[in-house]
Amino acid sequence: MASLDRRDFLRLGIVAGPAALVAGCGWDGGPLVKSKLASMSRLNDWVGENILQSSKRLATVYPPSARSGTMPGYFISRQVPTLGIAQPWALEVGGDVKAPTSLTLEMLQQLPRVTYTVKHHCVEGWTAVATWTGVPLSVVADLVQPTERARYVRFDSFDNGYYNGWDMASAMHPQTMLAYAFNDRPLMPDHGAPLRLYSPIKLGYKLTKYLTKMTFTSTRPGGYWEDQGYPWLGGI
Amino acid sequence: MTESPNPRVRRHHGLVRLTHWLNAIVLTGMIASGLQIYGAFRHFGSKEAQLPVPNPFDGYTFPEAVRLGGWLAGGLQWHFALAWPLVFTGLTYLGFLIATGQWRELLFRPSDVKPAIEMQLYYLRLRKEHPPQGKHNALQKGAYTFIMALGAISVLTGFAIYKPVQLSWLTSLFGGFELARYWHFVAVWLFIAFTLVHVGAVLLADRASLPSMITGWYKGKFPSHG
Repeated sequence: MASLDRRDFLRLGIVAGPAALVAGCGWDGGPLVKSKLASMSRLNDWVGENILQSSKRLATVYPPSARSGTMPGYFISRQVPTLGIAQPWALEVGGDVKAPTSLTLEMLQQLPRVTYTVKHHCVEGWTAVATWTGVPLSVVADLVQPTERARYVRFDSFDNGYYNGWDMASAMHPQTMLAYAFNDRPLMPDHGAPLRLYSPIKLGYKLTKYLTKMTFTSTRPGGYWEDQGYPWLGGI
Repeated sequence: MTESPNPRVRRHHGLVRLTHWLNAIVLTGMIASGLQIYGAFRHFGSKEAQLPVPNPFDGYTFPEAVRLGGWLAGGLQWHFALAWPLVFTGLTYLGFLIATGQWRELLFRPSDVKPAIEMQLYYLRLRKEHPPQGKHNALQKGAYTFIMALGAISVLTGFAIYKPVQLSWLTSLFGGFELARYWHFVAVWLFIAFTLVHVGAVLLADRASLPSMITGWYKGKFPSHG
């Protein structure tokens, strides 16, 4: 076999470089690259949380007339997740808190409420303006009094195990709420009835619907899509 | 063929060559992962009300061979990871131009308009002799100023759609989230158009400029240009 001289080697490099690049397209990166990409994603989360995010900055509020004609909704179950007629529902609030509690819809509706018309940003790239009504998450936090250990909030649902983890600052943001009404009407099953998380400062996939549990925790929870590679922070 | 009388001259600093090729690779990855992300919503605006902007790729799925990431999450990971080296090489190059004063040879000014027209006439063979020039002719200056501005606009529109609430001032500068996303997409086609002209000019007008971007040494028709 003839040995490759330097010139041949260069030629090989010139051909192999672009060929490797072309072969790389449409490919997910393999396990090694995947873990590197995941680390970069965590770095971006850190920058997003600590540099690009202000807990005081409010999302633009629109007049109700600016509402979009449709507000696409989705769930991961095969059918719209609903509660049985006789099935009692209450939001369990616990974890690293001094006073864990369980709140029925009536109890939540008696707490201070907020209403705002804001723009929804989906990770896919579309937007939609809608009006949401509910109780600010910070109000519920005041009820249960998170301990100093609490750094994150985990949200669980009855939509086939869908869940999310949030940074505390975003959870306590004045526009983050537990919503029970959409466009002035009670929340319907396609939008997460009876209760969903809503905030204009996160992408749609962070806004857990069909809530069952809210847990303050010291360890960072993952999330249904986040575990598959979506940015964990999802802050916008 | 006789030995060329053209002297061998030093043309490109190592930092310029390094950032040039790094940028070529990173930008390819940015565009490929961007086309993957576009596939998740192949329109502009909201779901039911589209922006009244021209988009020949409305509803179009780009072939797998030009996409990077496999699916939306993979595309996003690549895009947000490569954004770092893209910005880093861009700033390094810009810093080099400022530190060495070389930006003067690249910035297109109003006084370059007339020589640019003369140069265009020369390329169209409507003018016989090559107009006098410095390191770069006026058309090249226009192209390089344009590409730097395009790079800056790509990064800024990128941030505008990455953080439309936290950086809302930037997002509104580009006409809001939906339009900023559109300009970010338009930039892709301008980059591709630039690359075609850039590579075409190298191959047709001055082939010796290609090895000079690799080795730093230029040996060709225009040794006086720098």
